[in-house]
Amino acid sequence: MDFSTLFIIIIGSIFINNFVIARFLGLCPYIGVSKKMDSALGMGMAVIFVMTMASTITWLIYTFFLNKATSIFGIDLTFLRTIAFILSIAVLVQFVEMVIKKAAPELYKALGIYLPLITTNCAVLGVSLLNINENYNFIESIVNGAAAGVGFTLVLVLMAGIRERLEYSKVPNSMKGMPISFIVAGCMALAFLGFSGMKF
Amino acid sequence: MKAIQEFTKGIIKENPVFVMALGLCPTLAVSTSIQNAIGMGAAATFVLVCSNIMISLLKNLIPSKVRIPCFILVIASFVTIVDMAMEAYVPPLHKSLGIFIPLIVVNCIILGRAEAFASKNGVFKSMLDGLGMGLGFMLAIMVIATIREILGVGTILDIRILPASYKPMIVAILPPGAFITIGLLMGLLNIIQNKKKSKAN
Repeated sequence: MDFSTLFIIIIGSIFINNFVIARFLGLCPYIGVSKKMDSALGMGMAVIFVMTMASTITWLIYTFFLNKATSIFGIDLTFLRTIAFILSIAVLVQFVEMVIKKAAPELYKALGIYLPLITTNCAVLGVSLLNINENYNFIESIVNGAAAGVGFTLVLVLMAGIRERLEYSKVPNSMKGMPISFIVAGCMALAFLGFSGMKF
Repeated sequence: MKAIQEFTKGIIKENPVFVMALGLCPTLAVSTSIQNAIGMGAAATFVLVCSNIMISLLKNLIPSKVRIPCFILVIASFVTIVDMAMEAYVPPLHKSLGIFIPLIVVNCIILGRAEAFASKNGVFKSMLDGLGMGLGFMLAIMVIATIREILGVGTILDIRILPASYKPMIVAILPPGAFITIGLLMGLLNIIQNKKKSKAN
């Protein structure tokens, strides 16, 4: 286990290949839930949690059930990965929701409404598929999942901060709402392009 | 509503991308070239039409409490079919679309149409609705891809249309270009709609 590989994965997923800005995953919550700082933080925390769990579980499913070389059945089921992943993510989200509701009602109050939305967040399925495509091992997958979640939260919170200010600024009538958010996202993407010079 | 209207509403009036802001991730991600845009649009249209037909056939069998997982399962099966077919017949396109083909599963347009339309209407209407929405999606990606390809590379479908002396605006095919293009297009649509409204009054 090499710590520098993990470090590269973390920096890569948060800044260089940020899931929202550079890979275009999870845009719906990025535009939809970024109106207020509180809800952006809540959504971000829920996504970090679910992404880390989803990376763990989908990696295990892929390695022990689907991939021929390492499967306990010894048959090639890789064509089932989309179905297997989306179902396990849906089950996972439901399960997490139930556990949090019982074990930590306070946390449930804060995250509850965001959890169901996460099933159809393409960033979660995206990180599971990317872990497999990049041939990450178990630890690398978990770290990548968590880092991708942190990157998502980072840009979501930044966006919420900017949009709270935008409420008070003069925006042309036809650009109000979604159009101006996209322009802001474009400027943010330009700024994040600066990180792509950081090659290891 | 007449059957033809079910088809045409998705293309302009209720365009899934520009009007309803659904399916943004694939729209922005694959609109770097027109070729990718057509491929993505065709794949999504196929899944949308098939899943709409299937769900409208099954609508009386699916208990309403577990309908969302059932819809996702139906959609995921068709996405797997598309994924495997594209890998077999058009490997370069499959490679350049990458993970966005399996991600059609979580495209909100498809689940949205299943929930809002196919689970309440007949087979024929659902098919037309799926076809219209799919073509509307394809049209939206193609508009964005055309703008980005002309500005960023100077070509349309790899045919050079701007003179060779044109220095390509590389930022247009990078991520910022996608965000700014769709932002400006949405603003433009708002201007047109506002004009229409003020004329009607």
